[in-house]
Amino acid sequence: MAQAESLEYDVLIVGGGGAGLRAAIAVYETDPKMRIAVVSKVYPMRSHTVSAEGGAAAVIKPDDSLDDHAYDTISGADWMCDQDAVEAFVNEAPEEMLQLEHWGCPWSREEDGSVAVRSFGGMKIKRTWFASDKTGFHMLHTLFQTSLQYDPIERYDEWFVTKLLVDDGRCQGVVAIEMATGRVEPILAKSVIISTGGCGKIFPFTTNANIKNGDGMSLAYRAGVPLKDMEFIQYHPTGLPFTGILITEASRSEGGHLLNKDGYRYLQDYDLGTPEAEPVLRSMELGPRDRLSQAFIKEQEKGRTLVGEYGHYVHLDIRHLGEKVINSRLPFVRELCVKYENIDPVKEMIPVRPVIHYVMGGIHTDIDAATPLPGLFSAGEAACVSINGANRLGSNSLTELLVFGARAGKSAVAFAREQGGAGASVSAQVRDEQERLSRLRSGGGSESIAGLRKEMQDTMEEGAGIYRTEASLASSAEKIQQLQERVAKVAISDSSLTFNTELTAAIELSYMLDGAEAIIHSAINRTESRGSHQRTDHPDRDDENFLKHSLAYREQGGPPRMEYHPVVITRWPPGERVYGQKKG
Amino acid sequence: MPTNITLEVLRYMPEDGGAPVFQEYEVPLRSDWVVLDALNHVKDHIDGTLSYRWSCRMGVCGSCGMMVNGEPTLTCAAFLESFAPGPIRVEPLAHFPVIRDLVVEGSDFMTKLKDVKPWVIRKEEKPLSEGEYRQTPEELADFKQYSMCINCMLCYSACPVYGLEPGFTGPAALALAQRYNLDNRDQGNEERMELLSNDEGIWSCTMVGECSEVCPKGVDPAGAIQRYKLAGAADWWKSLITRKSK
Repeated sequence: MAQAESLEYDVLIVGGGGAGLRAAIAVYETDPKMRIAVVSKVYPMRSHTVSAEGGAAAVIKPDDSLDDHAYDTISGADWMCDQDAVEAFVNEAPEEMLQLEHWGCPWSREEDGSVAVRSFGGMKIKRTWFASDKTGFHMLHTLFQTSLQYDPIERYDEWFVTKLLVDDGRCQGVVAIEMATGRVEPILAKSVIISTGGCGKIFPFTTNANIKNGDGMSLAYRAGVPLKDMEFIQYHPTGLPFTGILITEASRSEGGHLLNKDGYRYLQDYDLGTPEAEPVLRSMELGPRDRLSQAFIKEQEKGRTLVGEYGHYVHLDIRHLGEKVINSRLPFVRELCVKYENIDPVKEMIPVRPVIHYVMGGIHTDIDAATPLPGLFSAGEAACVSINGANRLGSNSLTELLVFGARAGKSAVAFAREQGGAGASVSAQVRDEQERLSRLRSGGGSESIAGLRKEMQDTMEEGAGIYRTEASLASSAEKIQQLQERVAKVAISDSSLTFNTELTAAIELSYMLDGAEAIIHSAINRTESRGSHQRTDHPDRDDENFLKHSLAYREQGGPPRMEYHPVVITRWPPGERVYGQKKG
Repeated sequence: MPTNITLEVLRYMPEDGGAPVFQEYEVPLRSDWVVLDALNHVKDHIDGTLSYRWSCRMGVCGSCGMMVNGEPTLTCAAFLESFAPGPIRVEPLAHFPVIRDLVVEGSDFMTKLKDVKPWVIRKEEKPLSEGEYRQTPEELADFKQYSMCINCMLCYSACPVYGLEPGFTGPAALALAQRYNLDNRDQGNEERMELLSNDEGIWSCTMVGECSEVCPKGVDPAGAIQRYKLAGAADWWKSLITRKSK
């Protein structure tokens, strides 16, 4: 719990998931005298890192190389990532993963006691570390427990951030609501790191937890920082219908098959290789996530999917692996199916459909996690460095939390050392924010939070889903604009100060609408198809015009202003993404 | 089969100054809905003032523990149908102060987690350049079960000792101490034993075993504490013998 009398820190971190906790520890490691605050709307171990299943990639085995990891990442990203950032990422990944091992993360092991690695979609060599199929859970708890030994790390658990304080051209802290009491306080800092995760809840079918509303993205966007590459949203090809619960890619790398309603391994019809009895890396079910999700829609159009209460689905079949392998390698998959879908994958096929999983885009940062706003840094899914480009490879994002969380921590220390006290206008900004929140809480509006949320989710699925067109996006853009106006009149029936989750849900809705706006307009302006961004009216990749990052800047009362930023190419010129055969 | 089921939810709002009261809500009895889905239905469509915590809806974030018909339960893993025909009584987790409605104050638990020093303690740390610490699958299996705790606090709610003696370190924190004690990379066993071998630590546990009964992750805190007691007793005998022989 927070100890300080005056809430002033050297480094303040918004978000206590994997990136935020790694950043906090990095700040301590870099300078143990720094005063550090971790501000999170949930207790850190509730953060969504906890849900990640499959694993975390880093080169550790003798048959692997950093260049191979880099190439898989870059080609998987359809060349939209910055290659200098990818090189830094693959270089620093092994040491970060070993550090987590030294901190006690219970990685799965080989018989000789060395760390075990498994194969993963889009990676042509086995390099994914895993802790059975609860990798994110173990990484988050290891980081959280490790962080507890450092007294300078003070936590503000269940404090909900509503605003960044910017004065004198730099970020100087945040305004936050203490959930338990409702009091609204400034927490000042010389450097601020945003590590609040993604915004999957903008869409109706998602693996993302309820807390993933793009809070930090919106906070930065409102402070004038651009959101980068927001049009690139990853669908995971295998989520459970209704709940969106993710069935890990590991179920396919262990040998699971995707079958249409005729029991046919339909991926062979979509340039993803030919069916073999044993799983083949970068082929068929181990092709990249975007291509698998797109194949589902094509299969749906051919009328070869199954139809249930929650729409179309296909089957994931792991029965042939047998109970023993399923229990030892995929226990969580079995547990999830039995507990939440009432299906036993040892005996039955699992119904799956593509669900929103990850946002490749995010707050624009450089390779050192710095945003264009001095004093503001970002890491993890909230940020876009970018290493994920147009399509993230599975098992890169957990490692990204560590590498760029640590980088953000170090950068924040260097910046904080050079700064003086808070600027003159900060206290006026705080008063204004306190009044705004007080007005919001006193109600008076007529729009339903749940109603607006559903309208937003539906229009995003319709207009900005797996396949997009100018017309579908324009229609959703108009809808989102209307919702932006209507959210100002949202009804809040709960006027209390104590743990007011209706107030925070209303604010989260407004955050999501900012994210939705950036996604739609980035997608309209990118008139090409690349990775996860598929325009049926512009089906080809267009390197001449679009090998560049989208930057969406917020404009008052209208659509964002779009600008572009060059993609960094170091050693791998753009090529064709080839799966299912030898690398081209 | 009835199409609705009744929730009886304990409401408490400290600002009103009133005592907690039960409020009834009728919700659809859907076969794929858990208690948490029903609460979300209430929040979204019936009564926006109901407060509770939730996040992942897949039994791993540990947020949504509540008393359901008197039992500590993860509400995301409790199908409505299993309580048919109802009513279903939903209350905040027992043994914790209530902040509001179904939201309990968890800071005592957080303090206790930290108190057991749940991090790797080593006399000497080898540099990262020397690679990983070796740990065979068998050595991993020694502590793996105790590393599965999601901090949902159901075990504290079930523990009669914690209910009577809030100073008790409690099941999850003691299991976490064992998770590190039994990890071959850790050397903090003695340090933790000094902290926990007292009346508020392992010796408070009366082996009722309710903690292991309610644990949604099969952590078996009661087993962890039992092993701890055996180790503690052995240490005590050893220290007695060493002292006498001096």
